[in-house]
Amino acid sequence: SRKQLVPPSVDLPRFLFRLCFQLSPTSPEPASLPAEDISTNSNGPKQEILLDDDQEDLFAEATEEVSLDSPEREPILSDGPSPAITPVTPTVIITPRVDASMFDRSPDEDEEAEENGDTFDLQIMVSDPEKTSLNLFNRNEFTVKRRFSDFLGLHSKLASKYLHIGYIVPPAPEKSIVGMTKVKVGKEDLSSAEFVEKRRSALERYLMRTVNHPALLKDPDVIQFLESTELPRAVSTQALSGAGILRMVNKAAEAVNKMTIKMNESDAWFEEKQQQFENLDVQLRKLHASVESLVCHRKELSVNTASFAKSAAMLGNSEDHTALSRALSQLAEVEEKIDQLHQEQAYADFYLFSELLGDYVRLITAVKGVFDHRMKTWSKWQDAQVMLQRKREAEAKLQYANKPDKLQQAKEEIKEWEAKVQQGERDFEQISKNIRREVGRFEKQRVKDFKVVIIKYLESLVHTQQQLIKYWEAFLPEAKAIA
Amino acid sequence: KGSNEESAPSVSANSIKITDITQDGETLTFAITSQKSSSSAGVCVFRTYEDFDWLQQSLLSQEDVPGLLGVIFPPLPGKPLPSTSFTQAKALKQFGFLALGDEWKIYCKALELYLQQVAAHTTLSKSKALSSFFSSTESPGKHRGKKGIFKRLSHVMEEMRKEGHKDVDKFFQSERDSCTHLSVLFKVSTEKFLDTVLTKQKLAVACGHFSTSLHLVCNHDNPAAVTFSKICLKLSDIIEAVKVNFEKVSDNDVSSMGLALDLESRYQEAKKEMLFRRTCKLVELEAANRNSERAKPNKKAIMEGVQKATQKEFNLISSVAKKEIEQYHRARVSVLRDFLVSWCEKQLSTAQETSALFSQHLEACRGFVV
Repeated sequence: SRKQLVPPSVDLPRFLFRLCFQLSPTSPEPASLPAEDISTNSNGPKQEILLDDDQEDLFAEATEEVSLDSPEREPILSDGPSPAITPVTPTVIITPRVDASMFDRSPDEDEEAEENGDTFDLQIMVSDPEKTSLNLFNRNEFTVKRRFSDFLGLHSKLASKYLHIGYIVPPAPEKSIVGMTKVKVGKEDLSSAEFVEKRRSALERYLMRTVNHPALLKDPDVIQFLESTELPRAVSTQALSGAGILRMVNKAAEAVNKMTIKMNESDAWFEEKQQQFENLDVQLRKLHASVESLVCHRKELSVNTASFAKSAAMLGNSEDHTALSRALSQLAEVEEKIDQLHQEQAYADFYLFSELLGDYVRLITAVKGVFDHRMKTWSKWQDAQVMLQRKREAEAKLQYANKPDKLQQAKEEIKEWEAKVQQGERDFEQISKNIRREVGRFEKQRVKDFKVVIIKYLESLVHTQQQLIKYWEAFLPEAKAIA
Repeated sequence: KGSNEESAPSVSANSIKITDITQDGETLTFAITSQKSSSSAGVCVFRTYEDFDWLQQSLLSQEDVPGLLGVIFPPLPGKPLPSTSFTQAKALKQFGFLALGDEWKIYCKALELYLQQVAAHTTLSKSKALSSFFSSTESPGKHRGKKGIFKRLSHVMEEMRKEGHKDVDKFFQSERDSCTHLSVLFKVSTEKFLDTVLTKQKLAVACGHFSTSLHLVCNHDNPAAVTFSKICLKLSDIIEAVKVNFEKVSDNDVSSMGLALDLESRYQEAKKEMLFRRTCKLVELEAANRNSERAKPNKKAIMEGVQKATQKEFNLISSVAKKEIEQYHRARVSVLRDFLVSWCEKQLSTAQETSALFSQHLEACRGFVV
């Protein structure tokens, strides 16, 4: 039962509506997506991770509840399991819109082609709008088209606004899929369906993370991104992919670090956390490499199985004994079906684990970034204190110099720097507070993300085994029938 | 030495089992138990590969078995090289499926099948060498007998020409043709199947690494971190289960389908060799016929004598060969059937176990409180 809505006070972020995103394919010719790299999944229920050629939206059931547990809200929400405020449920599903431009690439379109290989349709549904006291959106259901560069543009804006105050801004996907992968998982050809699907999936996860962030969801740039029909073209995003921005930001932060004296960390929490994130980074990279290897071998197994299936079929054709011949041909069919299963499982491995781990490695880069910003903020505060001290000394000297104008100026400068010191301290406290909250949110979200993925993975594993049971049960009588 | 002793009771083929294998340096010793068909008393002997080789050579060189050349000799697996002197890759190349499996399990099975096939063969089971193999306390391989003087298929050009020599009998010509064709197909299938098994083993290893790495993600800082560590451990267990599944599946593959394909390939070779021997005799016969026709009067009688003898041998070989081929076809289908059924049942059982296990994990994870 929902509690009475408390009238909002100014500082609390309130989300009183249910927000669903759905990105579905709106390609002009539904059959135009080449399916040769994607398993056609003819044997089992549709799996969410596959690109479905009949253009159904893939994630109709996937609404993810995200509760907003920022510390400021806790006192109000602390009463019982159903919070007073309806949680936001943003679900982001993106499917590619296949533009004609994607397949015809003329030389003078190179610049465009390089910048964005594809356009995506983003369909948004806001439900339960009656409960909204804060109208973020003009309409309840709408679709917009977005280019890859638009996503990058959004990220660069958010990064410039929020990273320096300690918000973990989710990184945008890499332009090149190779990015983190050491092993080629598929064709790098921009027109390949597999590439498009990878990109689509990455954009979806990016947008989902962004929208899950309580502060970012309310950001006007985000609203504009979700809602406006025409977005101003993102400027020079070639250089500014998500990771690119973070690298730039981190480089600047590192440069600053090298110049400053080591920060006197008064709060052990930050030191410990930083170390933990360093460790986590190493662990996640290792896990990612393991999964890549797994995906690679599974694809190899699929190829081998298909090859064996063919040879078994040939045996079946050449065999004189009728029943044996039939059994061998059936065996070939079973092996072909098993090959399909291997492919599907490889996709599960990849889209579930490999991408999750890759996302988290990139997220940790953002986390490290905010920690570095805190150091920068601290250093700015320290510099202000040093400056203030100098100004005070200068003023003290001027006391005995009989230069009333200069003395006045010196006093004014002292006031100026006192204010800066105070601001510096406030900024430092604020960023420290923000980071603590953000890290808490990160850790909670991490558990949820991993749980969701593990469950999906287990479902795929169970499905595979059940299919295998079916195939072997069907084959057994054939084998027994050989007389 | 006569090699047919009607009085000696023969070993019961079904009772032959290789029960143990021990390794001493480079030598492998096999413990073989068997029973005579006339008694229920079991006998155990210890044999090395040399003894098996001696047995095969003895069978090949029996002197007074009519039409011996027409017999399809059960194929003996190649000599095993203990792990000290070869790499896995080399072993795979030489032995294919027989190199896989723990502790020479599959290889022993292949040897066991060889002995069973010899003991079940109407002609070969009567050999004194076989009897001696199963009962002699001394290692029979120590006394090397003469080697078989049979023509073995080789790649010498002359031999190749003979292999293609046109047959006088439609039945045999068709057998020779299908044999060549099928044996290639089976070899290819065996290789492809082996590839899938090896990849499954690689997958098992990769899962092992993944599972181990997940154990390292360990942090008990705060409730969320503790929960995350627990989730990682859960996933580690799941991946471990995936690994175990791969191992079981590839084990099933090797011990049934793999062994079947290997056996089928080698038996087809044996059949091919027999047909080649007959073809060589045919060539010899046709030469004898020509010599007889062209012989000068003073040599004619001798040549005719040779021609008659050769004709008789050839006829004998052909009649034995025909029976052997029919027997081969029956046995082969039966063996393949058994292995296919066994393979299917094993894989089905493994899939059922694994499905249950994954379902359990799934339920546990769904109930996992975050």
